[in-house]
Amino acid sequence: MKRFGKKTIAVTTAAILALGVFSGCGSNDKQSDTASGDEVEIVNVSYDPTRELYAAYNDLFANYWKEKTGQDVVVTQSHGGSGKQALEVANGLEADVVTLALEGDVDTVADAGLIDAGYTDEFELDSSPYTSTIVFLVRKGNPKDIQDWDDLLKDGVGVITPNPKTSGGARWNYLAAWYYFEKQGQSEAEITESIKKLYQNVLVLDSGARGSTTTFTENGQGDVLIAWENEAFLSVEENPDDYEIVVPSVSILCQPTVAVVDEVVDSRGTRDVATEYLQYLYSDEAQKLEAKNYYRPSNQEILAEYTADGDSNTITEIPSDGKWIITNVELTDISHFGGWKEASEKHFTDGALFDSIYEEK
Amino acid sequence: MKEKKRKKKRVIPGFGLSLGVTLTMLGFIVLIPLGSLIVFSAQLSFRDFIETVTRPRVLSSYLVSFQTALIAALIDAVMGTLIAFVLVRYDFPGKKIMNGLIELPFALPTAVAGIALTHLTTTNGWIGSFFHKFGIEIAYTRIGITVALVFIGIPFVVRAVQPVLEKLDIQYEEAAHILGANGRQTMFGVIFPEIFPALIGGFTMSFARGLGEYGSVVFIAGNTPYETEIAPLMIMSELQEFDYASATSVALVMLLAAFVILLINAVVQGRTSKIVNGIG
Amino acid sequence: MSNNIRKNSGPVKWILIGICALFLTVMLILPLIYVLFTAFEKGIRVFWNAVTDTYALKAIQLTLEVTAISVVVNTVFGIFASWCITRFQFKGKKILSAFIDLPLTVSPIIAGLIYVLTFGRQSVLYPFLQGAGIKIIFAVPGIVLATIFVTFPFISREVIPVLNAQGTDEEEAAALMGASGFTIFREITFPHIKWALLYGVVLCTARAMGEFGAVSVLSGHLRGKTNTMPLYIELLYQGYDFTGAFAVSAILVLMAVIILIVRSIVEQMGKKEGE
Repeated sequence: MKRFGKKTIAVTTAAILALGVFSGCGSNDKQSDTASGDEVEIVNVSYDPTRELYAAYNDLFANYWKEKTGQDVVVTQSHGGSGKQALEVANGLEADVVTLALEGDVDTVADAGLIDAGYTDEFELDSSPYTSTIVFLVRKGNPKDIQDWDDLLKDGVGVITPNPKTSGGARWNYLAAWYYFEKQGQSEAEITESIKKLYQNVLVLDSGARGSTTTFTENGQGDVLIAWENEAFLSVEENPDDYEIVVPSVSILCQPTVAVVDEVVDSRGTRDVATEYLQYLYSDEAQKLEAKNYYRPSNQEILAEYTADGDSNTITEIPSDGKWIITNVELTDISHFGGWKEASEKHFTDGALFDSIYEEK
Repeated sequence: MKEKKRKKKRVIPGFGLSLGVTLTMLGFIVLIPLGSLIVFSAQLSFRDFIETVTRPRVLSSYLVSFQTALIAALIDAVMGTLIAFVLVRYDFPGKKIMNGLIELPFALPTAVAGIALTHLTTTNGWIGSFFHKFGIEIAYTRIGITVALVFIGIPFVVRAVQPVLEKLDIQYEEAAHILGANGRQTMFGVIFPEIFPALIGGFTMSFARGLGEYGSVVFIAGNTPYETEIAPLMIMSELQEFDYASATSVALVMLLAAFVILLINAVVQGRTSKIVNGIG
Repeated sequence: MSNNIRKNSGPVKWILIGICALFLTVMLILPLIYVLFTAFEKGIRVFWNAVTDTYALKAIQLTLEVTAISVVVNTVFGIFASWCITRFQFKGKKILSAFIDLPLTVSPIIAGLIYVLTFGRQSVLYPFLQGAGIKIIFAVPGIVLATIFVTFPFISREVIPVLNAQGTDEEEAAALMGASGFTIFREITFPHIKWALLYGVVLCTARAMGEFGAVSVLSGHLRGKTNTMPLYIELLYQGYDFTGAFAVSAILVLMAVIILIVRSIVEQMGKKEGE
């Protein structure tokens, strides 16, 4: 009897203790949830390369919103691999808006029931306010003379690209290469063979795009980095004496997709500001900001303002007039591959084409 | 086998309380969360489960993890014992610093360690450039992974062996010495059997830790499938596919491996502590 | 302790010391130097700006908070668990101690994943938590939980051997004389274990500050909110701000070194008392 009593006490004490841990710190970040008053807070879950862009854009938007409504807006950023970020939002990371690398990742959030169907029609141009493409970053002077995708298959060329299994950017790289070989008139078996050769030249398969860039630049691995255009320009801007950019003859139009996370904005009452946050990405000011951060603006006029003259495929230094966009490249897009769902089933899921490249060693 | 101690009444109070707290905390922090891992992997049928966890690429990632963790743990065992021995038996300048450094791998975030080790061991890093002359590449190979795991595991061995060596009656050694045993005989005949259980403890810890290590390895590994892809990376890559069932299945296999290792360790320790008790 | 063998120097001693010193220099000191070297490469001002950045300060604050909570919880747990395991015989004891040690060997990725599975959106608990307005993962409580998990056995592992070595005779005698449990603990047990306990606390603190993998899985990386120092370092590193990354690392390393110094002092004091 006495023992029973003690046990009860023991269990209760422990339960209280454990609860204390949970609730004691649960209250810590309570204050961040409110959406009224003179300050509003939203969370933007984005992918790796957009840090600099959104750091600048958040200031721009805060000014705009303050002028329009008199409210201060604080945007909390979260960056990481696109797929991982999508998964975290699907798991309950409370994002008011997502600005991810590809539609497939936003689909993940939508599939979890957080975003209503038809989100791609919510904003102009498939909810893709800026685009990018895939280019090559090579060492200064292009010592291996890399001009196009088939140069990457040559013996002795070290390629750096992230792992398509873990990186959204890497999927664009893979598909762009695929499209090139397709354009060469190769059959699917031949394309697979070419892709296989390409990946045999890959020295380091990092888990994310930023990791690959670091491997190429800081750690000096490889002769060519297959990179997002904006990442490549950033590297040249930082180290103009070390690298140059080669734009291949064909590439892929990468359409980062934005969406309002319906479930979250409804429960937090932030729908207006979240929608406006994404809508304002299409404004002239924002489009110019995107171009300055080496994203291709979707507004054709502004795109033209930043388009380079001439038809050189190589950028050895950042143009002083700011006209950096090379249009001399044929771009396909994801619809060519039947959309993200089909593309990933065919190429990237377990046991799909990408896995087969590495089999039978 | 069973330890049937005097089956008398418990005299010391607090059994209910301490067991209660222990079990509750263990339940909340460890068991319930681990349970959800099992629930999620149970979404797959047994056959699918087996198929998922035995795919060639997954198998090879186990192998990479196992191989590198084993080699690293062996290196740790040898070097750790040596370091512990030196720290206990010799006086020399800088001994305190050496002793204080041992826990550094605990304290240094694994990601920082991984980044620093990668930068040091690439072909143009401080260490890597030296080995590069001899045609040895460290970063982005299994050697690199092993290096990172040696770093992670070293404190486990040193801290397991050191206290035993300290307690070890120095008279034993002296007796052996007087009886004419040479250094090596003393080492293997007298010291080694005494520290063996502790060494096994440290070894299994660093081995198990190495199997699961992610933060430091992912930077240095290069992550080439079938070559340098470690098992925890497979979990991450399954997660990227939003494939919870597969991710948790692989995680479950790794978890079982860790538990088996610990259990073996517990059995070894239990047996030896009985021996020690028997002597004492 | 006799000093005969200690004095027995000669080449073997110095060769052995040399091997150890070389090994530790290459494996431990060089990475440390590399971190510090890179942190100050661009001068003290860049370093200072990096570590006094608002987000850096927030990350430091968060890390300290999380560490403090985890250490307190683990200390309480560690004492109870060691008491339970060393003072009583019961069935399943071996399994229990294996379970307590388990977190040490669980991959940090799995440690993070299990909490996501338990408290995430697809969990059965989610609607209740949501209804009660409790946020666990992608918020500070989740980070605390994950940190507690990875440092779970640190204190009991230090205390249990001491309690085992001490035996139960004194406590039994006290209990027979009618002392209460708390009195026994305070008067008899605690003086024996205090150094081991302190040592465990130090280790636990060091490990808690640096945890990366598990926290990374469930933090959500909300800048200024759920970014601990290791995550903030990764963020800077991924943003090509290597100097910044290593500058914040240097702060973390500095904190770790302070803790290691405290540890040595603790050990010295413990030894002195033991003599």
